[in-house]
Amino acid sequence: MLSGHYNVLLLVIGALCSLGVVALASRMAVVDKEGHPIYLLGRALWFWPWLIWEIIKAGIDVSKIILSPSLPISPTLINVRASQKSAVGIVTYANSITLTPGTVSVELEDDEITVHAITRAGADDLAEGHMDRVVSRFEGEGAL
Amino acid sequence: MEMVLDILSWFFLLAGSAFCLIGALGLLRMPDVYTRLHPVSVIETLGMGGIILGLLLQAGFTLVAAKLIIIAALILLTAPVATHALAQAALHAGILPKLDHDKTGGHIAGEDEPSNS
Amino acid sequence: MMMFAVATIAVLITIAMVLARAILGPSLFDRVLAGNTVGSLAVLTLALIGFVTGRPEFLDIAILYTLLNLIGTIAVLRYFKMAQPVNPEQAKD
Repeated sequence: MLSGHYNVLLLVIGALCSLGVVALASRMAVVDKEGHPIYLLGRALWFWPWLIWEIIKAGIDVSKIILSPSLPISPTLINVRASQKSAVGIVTYANSITLTPGTVSVELEDDEITVHAITRAGADDLAEGHMDRVVSRFEGEGAL
Repeated sequence: MEMVLDILSWFFLLAGSAFCLIGALGLLRMPDVYTRLHPVSVIETLGMGGIILGLLLQAGFTLVAAKLIIIAALILLTAPVATHALAQAALHAGILPKLDHDKTGGHIAGEDEPSNS
Repeated sequence: MMMFAVATIAVLITIAMVLARAILGPSLFDRVLAGNTVGSLAVLTLALIGFVTGRPEFLDIAILYTLLNLIGTIAVLRYFKMAQPVNPEQAKD
């Protein structure tokens, strides 16, 4: 679809290939509920803008830290608890933490995430659990 | 209209370039591996986002715009995976982060016995 | 055209600085991190060059490079995570 050529022949061959791959995948039993969580799409429409806004705020904070001559960092390790129920929710939460500049999830076990934050304030914000609640709402009751 | 788009595009491209340079500067200044992960996430989110957005405004509603959106989505999906894998591998290799505050109580998720970091 | 050139030059300077970290990097992970970052920046450079030269075909290469970048990083990390503890006796030889 991305090449800009739209012959009937090419479209038919492409559709056949897609069907073949789906058939193979379902024979190999790799198609499951986690594969493509399309039911989250509706809630994703307001979750993603929120996440982008968080990323912009945190990115500007980290940029200020980098540009200030004294390099005021206070690296902190902290354990946070993920309140999500499904694997998709926890992975979304861990990925959101990592994607936000200033915090990186280092280790993940069951429902506990060890996070490395570049400043103590960042770690405290995360421990307050706002992002956790938003991701939980994003996950909602629909998951699993 | 054309003028406004051009100015916005300039703005986003310059902002993205600035964040890339800031991130690289941070990468050179930070003291240890774990703190160096943070400037890289600045590059991969804000720098990349600014530049792609600037290009997107120039592309308009074409196939090129669709490809640019796919590139941005792929980077946003894969960057945290790579960063997390890197941090985890560094921790497993026994490199301990330099810390000002350790609030884990010496317990790191995934390890049985508490380690004194 | 002008603004694409400016952004391309900025990204190239960024790549040079990241490469400096790759050369200086005291540990292995600094180098892997720098390599991963250079990969992401190369994607940006490809997209920008496509616009500078007016040939959007470069974007296809950029998409492919994004995917390869992740696989490359994970593969290198897997290798070093697995390679060390598997056979400690062999390392002594």
